[in-house]
Amino acid sequence: MDSSHPPDVPSPREGTDEPAAKIAVRGLYKVFGPDPGRAIAALEEGATKAEVQARFGNAVGVADVDIDIAAGETFVLMGLSGSGKSTLLRLLNRLHEPTRGSVVVDGTDITRLSRRELLQFRRERFSGMVFQQFAILPHRTVLDNVAYGLEVQGVPLARRRERAARAIELVGLGGWEGSYPHELSGGMQQRVGLARALAVDADVLLMDEAFSALDPLIRREMQDELIDLQARMRKTIVFVTHDLDEALRLGDRIAIMKDARVVQVGTPEEVITAPADDYVAAFVEGVDRSGVLTAGAIMQPVREVARLRDGPQTALNRMRRSGLSGILVVDGERRVLGYLTSERIVAALREGEVTPDRIHRELMEPAATVATDTPLADVITIASEGSAPIAVVDATGRLRGVVVKGAILAALARTQRNGAGEGAGGAPDAPSHAGASHAALGAHRA
Amino acid sequence: MLDFRIPIRDWVSGAVSYLQTALGPLFDGFADAVDALIGGLLTALQWAPVPVVIVAFAALAALLAGWRVGLFALAGLFVVENVGLWQPFTQTLALVLAAQVLIVLVGVPLGILAARSDGVERVIRPVLDFMQTMPAFVYLIPAVMFFGIGVVPGVVATFVFAIPPLVRLVSLGIRQVPGDLVEAADAFGSTSWQRLVKVEMPVARPSIMAGVNQSIMLNLSMVVIAGMIGARGLGAEVLRGIQRLNVGQGFEAGLAVVIMAIVLDRVTASVGRRRARDARS
Repeated sequence: MDSSHPPDVPSPREGTDEPAAKIAVRGLYKVFGPDPGRAIAALEEGATKAEVQARFGNAVGVADVDIDIAAGETFVLMGLSGSGKSTLLRLLNRLHEPTRGSVVVDGTDITRLSRRELLQFRRERFSGMVFQQFAILPHRTVLDNVAYGLEVQGVPLARRRERAARAIELVGLGGWEGSYPHELSGGMQQRVGLARALAVDADVLLMDEAFSALDPLIRREMQDELIDLQARMRKTIVFVTHDLDEALRLGDRIAIMKDARVVQVGTPEEVITAPADDYVAAFVEGVDRSGVLTAGAIMQPVREVARLRDGPQTALNRMRRSGLSGILVVDGERRVLGYLTSERIVAALREGEVTPDRIHRELMEPAATVATDTPLADVITIASEGSAPIAVVDATGRLRGVVVKGAILAALARTQRNGAGEGAGGAPDAPSHAGASHAALGAHRA
Repeated sequence: MLDFRIPIRDWVSGAVSYLQTALGPLFDGFADAVDALIGGLLTALQWAPVPVVIVAFAALAALLAGWRVGLFALAGLFVVENVGLWQPFTQTLALVLAAQVLIVLVGVPLGILAARSDGVERVIRPVLDFMQTMPAFVYLIPAVMFFGIGVVPGVVATFVFAIPPLVRLVSLGIRQVPGDLVEAADAFGSTSWQRLVKVEMPVARPSIMAGVNQSIMLNLSMVVIAGMIGARGLGAEVLRGIQRLNVGQGFEAGLAVVIMAIVLDRVTASVGRRRARDARS
């Protein structure tokens, strides 16, 4: 019946609600320069990065950050350059020494570790790091570059080469083991960087603008591959980027940073639909929402449904009450059976008697259904194929809401209106936006 | 201008004579060690028949720097032998190599230290400037006082004169290793020794080899001066030619120095370049 159910896309957003913090950051500050104490005191009282710089001359890297990163999630740190995202990343493995605060990884406060303990901790818990400019060693072959992390741990030659070869296979560089970095393209070099991290096979993977230096097509490809790898490996990835689209694609959750502070942490959907402040709102305007918003976010509650046993008059009454010309038919457990229009009932009544059984067998049309986490882009495709409202069902198949075309247009139009810089207050469902929403759809498909 | 004269000369002379008595045994031990090193090198160079040594050197040069340099070495060493300068040539080569061993043994670690610490760099830099610009003859005198006449003060004077560029270029090379490579080494849990030998030194290799090359060239330029304080070799031959106003004899010895310089320069430069080619396109 619900033949229009979308293909089952594995959602990267699953399992983000369990709060088992792999990395817990508390009250973290990084202030560069002498005498950071007074700068921190000022920051605690709400001084901004610029004010501290002007008053004391200290550069503020990170101020008052509290975040929890769950095991197995892809956590994106996003912000413009200078917002402190790369600094925060480097505080997680103490490439930068925190000025104040704690970073607890698997229950261990790494800010309290000695040099020696820290070294051990980096080897065991962190899969090194993936860098924007790749940072692979020019004098080593691909194989020996990838084996580097294992080499410093003292893994014997044969064993580390075997593990490195497997990681190289994993990132699709098989056959290039003996090549030198300068023989590889940028995208391939970054695969070496990624393989080097994967070869270590530790839980936490830190990535600093890892794809930012690649051209757009390669970049997209690497993002897809990371999503793919992550679906299999379930590592805890902390990914730094300045690119919102990348953040939305990769992140289970996103922390948006501005002037050394974290201004919002949330799922891509939360960031887009409920920006914490004007800064985030400005940041997310103009983004292609169709890939981020889901049916669940734009659905409306169902005011009236028809029951299986309802006769034609009852069904028509329910439609009249809700002011609609059609109605969804559900069974006793609110599972969607089909869609009924007043037109067909009225036509059938003219011909003769209409029993609930006949409604069920002859008059009902199949209803289009989508899951709550179906991306808006797919909902648009389905909506374009028919005029009936689309039923939104949960994992057990029960009706949760409906998506009507107006809601889709409204969701897309909000972006388009903001992006076009028009004044606020315009009705979001004005027909003039239809063209704009097609443009958004086209952009997503491109 | 003033009746008072700043007694720099008294300070220096005093310090030198104090050191001479206080550290005498140490200097003697050092002199013996350098003598032994040079003696060993010389024995090795003079042990085999001359044609064998010449062919061996030419082959080594060809291997490290290509067949052109190998051919040049073969012809050059043949000329040296032919004009009867083989003996002083090997003496000078032993001196140069011994001094170079000391220069590298001290200069590379010092350069690494200077790269690692801004404090060390700040202290070392003016000392290096001083060593490089102070005329060599000036520290030849205390060197002779400390180590006596002969080859050892020559080595010491050469060391002082030729070490600055190596220290500078090692420090520069390591400081210029891209920051993300250093971060990568740290992020993967390298010890600072692992970071040094697996990342910093290999990446800085072209710069380090340029330093070795520079110091060898300065080292060679001290050969004649070393001849003035009793070091036997090509320097002494040059001086003998000058003293007798025998321009031809002096030129022959000078030519032998040039031949040695060219071969050593091409070989060390090509080692640095080849690594650089491997490293980056």
